[in-house]
Amino acid sequence: MSAFQPVRGISAIHRLNPIAKLAAPLLLAGALLLTIDWVSASVALALESVLFFRAGLGLRRFWLRTLPVWIAAPFAGLTILLYGRASGHSYFHWVFMNVSDGSISLAVATTLRVLAIGLPGVVLFVTVDPTDLADGLAQVVRLPARFVLGGLAALRLVGLFLDDWRSLELARRARGVADRGRLRRFASQAFALFVLSIRRATKLATAMEARGFGAPIQRTWARDSPFGWREWVLVLIGAAIAAVALTVTIVSGHWNFIAG
Amino acid sequence: MSSSIPAAGVTARGWGWRHSGRKAWAVSDLDVRIEPGERVLLLGASGAGKSTLVHALAGVLGGEEEGEQRGELLIDGRRPEDSRGRVGLVMQDPDSQVILARVGDDVAFGCENLGVPREEIWTRVAESLDAVGLRVPLDHPTEQLSGGQKQRLALAGVLAMHPGLLLLDEPTANLDPDGVVEVREAVARVLDRTHATLVVIEHRVEVWRSLVDRVIILAPGGGVLADGAPDAVLGTQGASLAASGVWVPEFPPAAPIRVTAPTSERLLATEGLSVARSGSGVLQSGIDLSLAVGEALAVTGPNGAGKSTLGLTLAGLLAPAAGRVAAAPRLANGIGSHPIRWKSRELFTRIGTVFQDPEHQFLASTVRDELAIGPRALRLVQPEIDARVDELLTRLRLETLAAANPFTLSGGEKRRLSVATVLATRPRVMVLDEPTFGQDSRTWQELVALLAGLLDEGCSIVAVTHDAELVSALATTTLRFDSRTEVTA
Ligand SMILES: Nc1ncnc2c1ncn2[C@@H]1O[C@H](COP(=O)(O)OP(=O)(O)OP(=O)(O)O)[C@@H](O)[C@H]1O
Ligand SMILES: [Mg+2]
Repeated sequence: MSAFQPVRGISAIHRLNPIAKLAAPLLLAGALLLTIDWVSASVALALESVLFFRAGLGLRRFWLRTLPVWIAAPFAGLTILLYGRASGHSYFHWVFMNVSDGSISLAVATTLRVLAIGLPGVVLFVTVDPTDLADGLAQVVRLPARFVLGGLAALRLVGLFLDDWRSLELARRARGVADRGRLRRFASQAFALFVLSIRRATKLATAMEARGFGAPIQRTWARDSPFGWREWVLVLIGAAIAAVALTVTIVSGHWNFIAG
Repeated sequence: MSSSIPAAGVTARGWGWRHSGRKAWAVSDLDVRIEPGERVLLLGASGAGKSTLVHALAGVLGGEEEGEQRGELLIDGRRPEDSRGRVGLVMQDPDSQVILARVGDDVAFGCENLGVPREEIWTRVAESLDAVGLRVPLDHPTEQLSGGQKQRLALAGVLAMHPGLLLLDEPTANLDPDGVVEVREAVARVLDRTHATLVVIEHRVEVWRSLVDRVIILAPGGGVLADGAPDAVLGTQGASLAASGVWVPEFPPAAPIRVTAPTSERLLATEGLSVARSGSGVLQSGIDLSLAVGEALAVTGPNGAGKSTLGLTLAGLLAPAAGRVAAAPRLANGIGSHPIRWKSRELFTRIGTVFQDPEHQFLASTVRDELAIGPRALRLVQPEIDARVDELLTRLRLETLAAANPFTLSGGEKRRLSVATVLATRPRVMVLDEPTFGQDSRTWQELVALLAGLLDEGCSIVAVTHDAELVSALATTTLRFDSRTEVTA
């Protein structure tokens, strides 16, 4: 499960409130989704790349954790390249596929965009501890405690899914029902996992209830979730990158409003 | 810990509960008064309704969809649902009670729900962890705790809520002997500090006998079978209580008498076997053993030593990390000698397995169907199927539950059913992980007698267990694992 575990550390970034780590990339994403062109995403990416190496990850971890983004970006680009809105000169045409000047520039813009939004999101998010995030969602964003803590507890169950799946597989082999066709076997085992997960969830809910969860009392929080100037700095950095990227785009005449 | 927290008293007046979907009442006509500060051992046959009562006291039985209530059950004169924080519950499964990822946060969880101010929470967390003797950093990951440590964590979490009534439902059932002592000592220390009222459920009387000052025995048909000081109750009525399933140390269940002696006709053997879970390091290595007709091998040792993993490997479910498991021709009966390569259909008629967690094994929606799956797959004729199923239902006291859903059974009933599914198929080799877990003395005796009967008929058994009585009643050989000697692959 190590791929899901938060990266821990002692640098400043690790102590920042998870809500700020959530807000900054969201802000950036919002801005970059207004326009689709190669300039805005490139500028954002260039500015971000300076910060990535201060994110407390280390080079190896950085590549490892962001690998999915590096894979997803060209794929998104490729799809747009083949199926995106065609315009200008057409280089290749087959059934629904059409590679044209228009779709090439859209593909480049998309690839860069996925990187510019995905990388900071992942980099900031891998240092988030789920418990701290729950604290933030409840205390800073003020989402209902029941909802936030229920989600947090459920997250722990996800880790047990894999173990359960494995055990179910063995248990079914032991009972002589594992020779059926792959599909049928998978379907019935998936159903068993579903039943088992509900059981686990019920037990966990009972355990939580037994500890007073859901009592009609104003809940307190054992951990503080401070949102101070450091957090605002991170959010401002996100906003600044967005602003610079958009300004450069508009000034250089590349603005391409997405709904336009 | 301040002893200023008042202990809570319990009053039941004609109280009863019927789980929805069941005709019979799990508990009925209960009239008891438990005074503040009393320490009660709650006994009763498997399925007598002990867990139901304790869950009701904790206020977690649920509402009207979950069942029907009769009479009155009060804690200090108030309904359990209105007494949150006054009552703390520790259940038997260590894994289903861990709520948060870090030890400190987990202990703090109950206090937060009760609205305890932040500074006080952390004082309470420190006090509670100290009281249960769990000395790990506050940010220690909860998933890295052993079974005994997890139970003490659950106890600490409950303790931090400053309850006046402590409810423990078989808190040591899953633990190795060291873990049992660990938890009992922790409870003793806690009670000395807080003087809270205690209600503990445990079939094995001797674990708690020295700590309690009263024994209440629930009658399976409703009401109370016996009630009083431990020595008085267990001494004067010992014989009759033992006959109804109570585990009275002076009247232990009868050990089975083997008719035929073990032979030397080999069924299964290992050579230089190393066992590992997929993706983890080798847990035990260099295992050379052999299993002959009529033999029962007991595998014992601390939690986490790799006993269950060995069981699954012998059962042809996990591939050996090194070395081999070989089935003798007598067992293989015309197919290859590597159980791991057998088809599922070939495996279950030769080697049957009972998993540690019975819930992983259930396939049917009623107890009767669950038992019939094996015999049906063997293509037995219907009268033979019915005969086998009925015999097991009766002998293991599941007959009234034939139409119940396996998932709704009590802890002990689930265990018996999962063992019975293997007994119904009668494979030559049976690998049983904690087969006697949660049994009262009567069901224990019946289960052990059934196993002994199969040994006499030419089967052989591998039992992974912490149950010393089972080992002395059945085992012909014992393999003891010491603490995990981790060999990283
Ligand atoms: N959720 C449920 N739904 C339906 N029936 C249930 C449910 N839980 C328990 N029962 C039934 O209620 C009766 C009492 O169960 P309970 O778990 O209280 O027994 P117990 O005394 O704790 O037994 P054990 O010693 O085996 O744990 C049993 O017949 C059981 O099958
Ligand atoms: Mg029970």
